[in-house]
Amino acid sequence: MRRVLLTALLLLVTVAAYAVEPGEKLADPALEARARSISAGLRCLVCQNESIDDSGAELAHDIRIFVRQRLTAGDTDAQVVDAVVARYGSFVLLKPPVEPATYLLWFGPPVLVLIALGGTLIWLRHGRGSRPAAAIPLSPEEQRRLRDLLGENDG
Amino acid sequence: MILELGHFALVLALFVALVQVVVPLVGAARRNLAWMAVGRSCALAGFGLIALAMLALMHAYVTSDFSVLNVAENSHTDKPLLYQITGVWGNHEGSMLLWVLMLSLCSAAVALFSGNLPPVLRARVLAVQGMIAVGFLLFILFTSNPFLRTFPPPLNGNGLNPVLQDPGLAFHPPFLYLGYVGFSVAFAFAVAALIDGRVDAAWARWVRPWTLASWCALTIGIAMGSWWAYYTLGWGGWWFWDPVENASLMPWLAGTALIHSSIVVEKRDTLKSWTILLAIVTFSLSLVGTFLVRSGVLTSVHAFATDPARGTFILLLLVVAIGGSLTLYAIRAPALKGGGLFAPISREGSLVLNNILLSCGCATVFLGTLYPLFLDAMGGPKLSVGFPFFNRTFVPMMVPMLLALGVGPMLAWKRGDLLGALQRLWVAYIAAGLVLLTAFYATHGGPVLAVLGLGLAAWLAASVMTELAERLRLFRIPLVDSARRAAHLPRSAYGMSLAHLGLAVSVAGFSASAWDREAIEILHAGGSVSLAGYELHLDSVDKVPGANFIADEANIRVTRDGAPVTTLHPARRFFPLQKQTTSETAIRTNFLADLYVALGDSDGAGAWTVRIYWKPLVPWIWIGCVIMAAGGVVSLSDRRWRVGVARRARVTSGPLPAAGE
Amino acid sequence: MVRVLFLLPLLLFVLLAAYFFAALRPSHDPQVLPSAMLEKPAPAFDLAELGTDRRLTLASLKGKPVVINFFASWCVPCRIEHPLLMRLAKENGVPIYGIAYKDKPDAASTLLGTYGDPYRQVGLDLEGRTGLNFGVYGVPETYVIDAGGIIRKRFVGPLTAEAADKELLPLLKRLGAS
Repeated sequence: MRRVLLTALLLLVTVAAYAVEPGEKLADPALEARARSISAGLRCLVCQNESIDDSGAELAHDIRIFVRQRLTAGDTDAQVVDAVVARYGSFVLLKPPVEPATYLLWFGPPVLVLIALGGTLIWLRHGRGSRPAAAIPLSPEEQRRLRDLLGENDG
Repeated sequence: MILELGHFALVLALFVALVQVVVPLVGAARRNLAWMAVGRSCALAGFGLIALAMLALMHAYVTSDFSVLNVAENSHTDKPLLYQITGVWGNHEGSMLLWVLMLSLCSAAVALFSGNLPPVLRARVLAVQGMIAVGFLLFILFTSNPFLRTFPPPLNGNGLNPVLQDPGLAFHPPFLYLGYVGFSVAFAFAVAALIDGRVDAAWARWVRPWTLASWCALTIGIAMGSWWAYYTLGWGGWWFWDPVENASLMPWLAGTALIHSSIVVEKRDTLKSWTILLAIVTFSLSLVGTFLVRSGVLTSVHAFATDPARGTFILLLLVVAIGGSLTLYAIRAPALKGGGLFAPISREGSLVLNNILLSCGCATVFLGTLYPLFLDAMGGPKLSVGFPFFNRTFVPMMVPMLLALGVGPMLAWKRGDLLGALQRLWVAYIAAGLVLLTAFYATHGGPVLAVLGLGLAAWLAASVMTELAERLRLFRIPLVDSARRAAHLPRSAYGMSLAHLGLAVSVAGFSASAWDREAIEILHAGGSVSLAGYELHLDSVDKVPGANFIADEANIRVTRDGAPVTTLHPARRFFPLQKQTTSETAIRTNFLADLYVALGDSDGAGAWTVRIYWKPLVPWIWIGCVIMAAGGVVSLSDRRWRVGVARRARVTSGPLPAAGE
Repeated sequence: MVRVLFLLPLLLFVLLAAYFFAALRPSHDPQVLPSAMLEKPAPAFDLAELGTDRRLTLASLKGKPVVINFFASWCVPCRIEHPLLMRLAKENGVPIYGIAYKDKPDAASTLLGTYGDPYRQVGLDLEGRTGLNFGVYGVPETYVIDAGGIIRKRFVGPLTAEAADKELLPLLKRLGAS
């Protein structure tokens, strides 16, 4: 319990969140755009559910600078992301990688929709529970009474 | 002294709840009217007692009684009065008290407004609510008691987290909790129906107002939370797929599905066991949400200080409540036989499609939120699931639902004419097409998904209008006749149209966020920056003291083509007690777009970082939610809910009418 | 067959509850991230040393198992683990090397002067780049590196006596022996 509190202390969450500082921006707009899009996909580890692009935390700032340095040095987007993942693990990716451990996560939802749709169609076609008994046809006497009654209610 | 009275009231409420469980249940089994009536008295008494307890705690806060541990941990004499009162639920113990207060409020409401319910059903519903109350009152009294004293009392308290010191704090939790807890009524109705072994149109009619009311409250609660995050956190984000946000979205999705499937039960006497399951699942999701937030298994900005002991207690509550009801379901539900047949293409069919997509969407959010936990518990890698996952899985499910939403209300019951309906929607095609083309050109081919989103919103809005026009036979009969039809249209029809319209408005707001613009600059006094046709001039930054903070407040003049528009005052507040700084953003809205300004760091020498965002259509997100909730309220006011079944019951006088069971 | 379908919700819930019970175990801490660099070579670093003209490099530490502790004068939890680090250094002879993470050299010196210096050497990571290369996401963090320069274990947050006795010391013994 104490550990939780202490760990929480050390995760200095800045409340006021500012994203990219003007001084961080790269001169080359194309590189800067790449940096922004890469940053948007990296999680800020000392915040909750923010990307480093959104967060004002120190660590987010450091990783943003790191990303830009790698880009300026000529890395491809994938290489930059790999470099960050090599240091911080897959947890830093906001989009979980598609690998056997996450097949259920990624393919579960569409499969679920298909199962639900299919199951419902089967249910609709092949009856559900007890069907009400097929209507017994009316006798001619009853049909005449029915016509009379309907005729009375018309108009 | 008052505090101890409050504590005593809470303990008394526990015993009253116990009585509320046992006596009416036995009375229902034995058909004993007097015993069943005890349920009503207990519900009302329970509410009174818990309200007393809440008032006692509020009194301790307002008088800054720091001998109370909860007050010492969360309050401070410098705190403004509004936050003295509303800070009561800014912490775990206080918010649990709010939770049971809402629960007892719902029980009392059921006791008061269920005159048209058969006594047996009412007794069982109140008994189930009593069970939930017992569970949570035990939880509070044994693990999260806000009435504990501390000795020696500190001179002053720790204060309230500065982020929470905001008017939004006053209203977001009560609405949210009312929503969460309100679904317990539907849950109780479902369990009562399972015990009874019968679900019929009458049951669906009784349950719908309660479900609708909770849904309205939850819609408002979620919208407020989103809006609060938007203007508080300083960068204009309004949804983060945070576990606690997801925990509120899931009951909302399930609750929406429940409202729609109960319509089918009522109208066509089918989909019964599915609706019962949904009613159980919706409240179960509320309970699971409570567990996630307070147990420490997931971390979130919203999470309260957590404690595995509390987590275990809540989990046990979950096992009893959810496990018990699902067991009952497994045993009794197969006996619920349905009646109405319908073709796949029909009004029922479209409601079933709505249910499928909403439930799968709910399951997707559930999967995404809990997957890291599952993987970790199995010893797998530590992963995180963020918005890219939800954008790729949840959003594609909602698109067909929005498309079908336009067509569904145009189909007839039992067997619908799809081609005919599609033809009658020609106005919607034109509207959607126009919007698509306009958006495409105006944004220079902007993100395709966002343009499609706008088109979808237009499609939905236009089809709602078309359906309404059809009901009024607009332009096909004299206008006077249409007006007469409009006056006699049941309110639930207007409610539906309003709610669907609200959804269209919100969807437009969601989509337009793709066209946000931002400018982040370092400015000195006298500097200016332009964005989206506005010029913003930083005139000065002044030091302004507040009740418990010191603020650096900027004065920014906004002009458009030289003509003055407004002045904005974004600020940074420093709270000396907690040594925390918060950012107060300044937003100027013309309800079509927001101009959003936040003040950043200073270099100490007069240079300030200023962040400016221009967010088109973002107010529509919350306006749409309000319209949706308004639609729900309009539907609630439909006379049929109040008159419908009651008439028959009142006509028969004398002892318990056999037919009413 | 249909009956089984009605049991499905209950079964799914039982599964869910089992996971939740597993997640509530005290050993599971959702805040702590496992290091991505376990069993991988520690990243090279070449830092100015505190108080001398020499440099602290990874290469100079190879050949024997070492403990690297990231700390800072502005970090409150670091003070909490400080007495334990002193004990480990002085009584157990653990070779602890400190890296001052994003800290001012004067502040770090003052801290060590006031509370004691458990470190054989202290490197200055002024920009935090070394920390980033190690995957540090907060201070304090403590790494155990073997003789070949491979990271064997990471402790996040202030080191507790329990963790030191039950995990750190036995690990060092194993590494030292091999």
